[in-house]
Amino acid sequence: MKIDKVLFGDNQFFAVNHLSDEKSREQAIRFKDDSAIIRVLDQAIDVGINTFMCTTHDRIANICDHMRANPDRYSNFNIYPGMPYAHKYANAVTELGIIGTIKQYVPGNIFGTFAKGGMAFISKDFIKLMEIFIDAEMKMFRGINTPVIFIQNVVVDLILGLKAYDAFHAYDEYIRKEYNAEPGYITMNMPALLDALNSIGIKNPVICSSINKIGFRMSGGKEIYENYLREKEFRPIAMQVLAAGALRPKEAIEYLGNFPRIESVLFGASSKAHIKETKELIEQYL
Amino acid sequence: MLKAGIIGLGKMGISHAAIVAPHKDVELVAVCDTSSLVLEGFRKFTTVRVYDDFKKMIDTEALDFVVIATPTKFHFPMVKYALEKGIHTFCEKPFSLTIREGEELVSLADRKNLVNQVGYHNHFIGTFRELKRLLQKGVLGELVHFTGEAYGPVVTKPKGGTWRSDPGEGGGCLFDYASHVINLIQEIIGRPVRAEGAMLKKIYSRDVEDAVYSVLKLESGLTGILSVNWSDETYRKMSTSLTVIGKKGKIICDATELKIYLKAPDSSEKLDRGWTIKYITDLAIPVDFYLRGEEYSAQIDNFVNDVLNGKPGNINTFRQGLETDRVMELIMAESKI
Repeated sequence: MKIDKVLFGDNQFFAVNHLSDEKSREQAIRFKDDSAIIRVLDQAIDVGINTFMCTTHDRIANICDHMRANPDRYSNFNIYPGMPYAHKYANAVTELGIIGTIKQYVPGNIFGTFAKGGMAFISKDFIKLMEIFIDAEMKMFRGINTPVIFIQNVVVDLILGLKAYDAFHAYDEYIRKEYNAEPGYITMNMPALLDALNSIGIKNPVICSSINKIGFRMSGGKEIYENYLREKEFRPIAMQVLAAGALRPKEAIEYLGNFPRIESVLFGASSKAHIKETKELIEQYL
Repeated sequence: MLKAGIIGLGKMGISHAAIVAPHKDVELVAVCDTSSLVLEGFRKFTTVRVYDDFKKMIDTEALDFVVIATPTKFHFPMVKYALEKGIHTFCEKPFSLTIREGEELVSLADRKNLVNQVGYHNHFIGTFRELKRLLQKGVLGELVHFTGEAYGPVVTKPKGGTWRSDPGEGGGCLFDYASHVINLIQEIIGRPVRAEGAMLKKIYSRDVEDAVYSVLKLESGLTGILSVNWSDETYRKMSTSLTVIGKKGKIICDATELKIYLKAPDSSEKLDRGWTIKYITDLAIPVDFYLRGEEYSAQIDNFVNDVLNGKPGNINTFRQGLETDRVMELIMAESKI
């Protein structure tokens, strides 16, 4: 399965800015209406970008509605979902606890979903619970091409840290079987994740991680990342390539050109000029 | 390899488990919680041993340290038991529900010469650390005012609740959110000794406060404002900031950037007249494993290093945690006037 070289991200739409809380607020104001998001997405499509990689934020559901309503424009367009939108659950866990959060977010009545035995049954079947969560998060993408489905770094790195690798296995199988899609992994700990996936027989995985010239959010250091990019077999996607804005686009993307294995670059931008500039740089150096 | 155990597997406890387990100098051997669902998850997916009784875990396992991440009211008996058994202890914030209990734990840790740390993780964010350094160097000159703030979207509609809704158990915005800001003020600007006016406001919660506003007076005589609200959904997640104003300029600091305004250049710090912005990308503390933010791993690294050296450290000690508890008590008392 081919992954597009240029992936358009969604952080700018949802006030995620790793460099400035003030900038985040400006973005929240600018993208208050879904139409503002759609306008920028359309600009990305107009410069030839074919894939939108996004979290399962509530508002993405509205974007998906728009796409389904306009099949002529979007039928060849891909979305790579990244689940879950973690802050939704993190804030809920702070307030409601873990069980309370499951009750709030699992569709229908959790005790009904697990017909016999309620909680006792869940505790024997975490994999089933995970599948229910995946289905709930994927519901908004019905009828839309989702050839790669990612789990977000908070969950990936939690599983990685706890060494609960069977969960990766279950995720990998379920995404392939149920969605006929390629499972992808977003992480802040790329080398450790690749080792973990290889150790349970998942070969050549799609891994999206921070890759940038200054080593920002590259846990364990830039050197080990570079070694893995040169020597290991996997399908790397680079994100945070501008190191949250600390690097200029040209030097940032030129750096990625040192690693031929990198298949694609995920980036977000809010203006057509920036989108076009970054896309052209990626095509030039990758 | 150090042997570690975790008590309390809520959001913070699970997150600590995922950071402690991959640490190169540590083996996570056991976890403890009362939720059979969570324990079953650990039993199924990990190799750590699970307990539903913390005393049994401590008595059975030969632990070098424990991380305690239970609701605040359980901190005292659990920390006490661990310290009495000679185990180095990391305890989540806030430290203790009562000053008397907190004092007992501080002196017990001192007497036993055990490493003790409280989870005020903001001190491991590079920007706040840089703010402290700049203030210690006196770049702002004589200080005239400060504002400490935190806002976030925890309780955004009316609801009953969990242990967090019980004022007797440390469940409100004061203990959960404001404690972080008070601790930052205390360790970076100076120790608050009085609350000159304080309000604990309910917005959506029935039993606990959702916002904390107070004027704090520091040991040095400097006064400033504490403004904290966890019912503000204009924030995507908790956002904490300090603004410090001095006769030579002003600094606004949050977890992502440090905005410095100086009336005259400071050549030793290479700071221009006017605004200079320093970003977290240049100030982040490097870590080997990342989950939710460098600061969570960096605080565990700091604790583990102190345990390896067998010497209590000086960042986020129990004593500092107790000082913060004292300030919260001042605010609670003042709010009743």
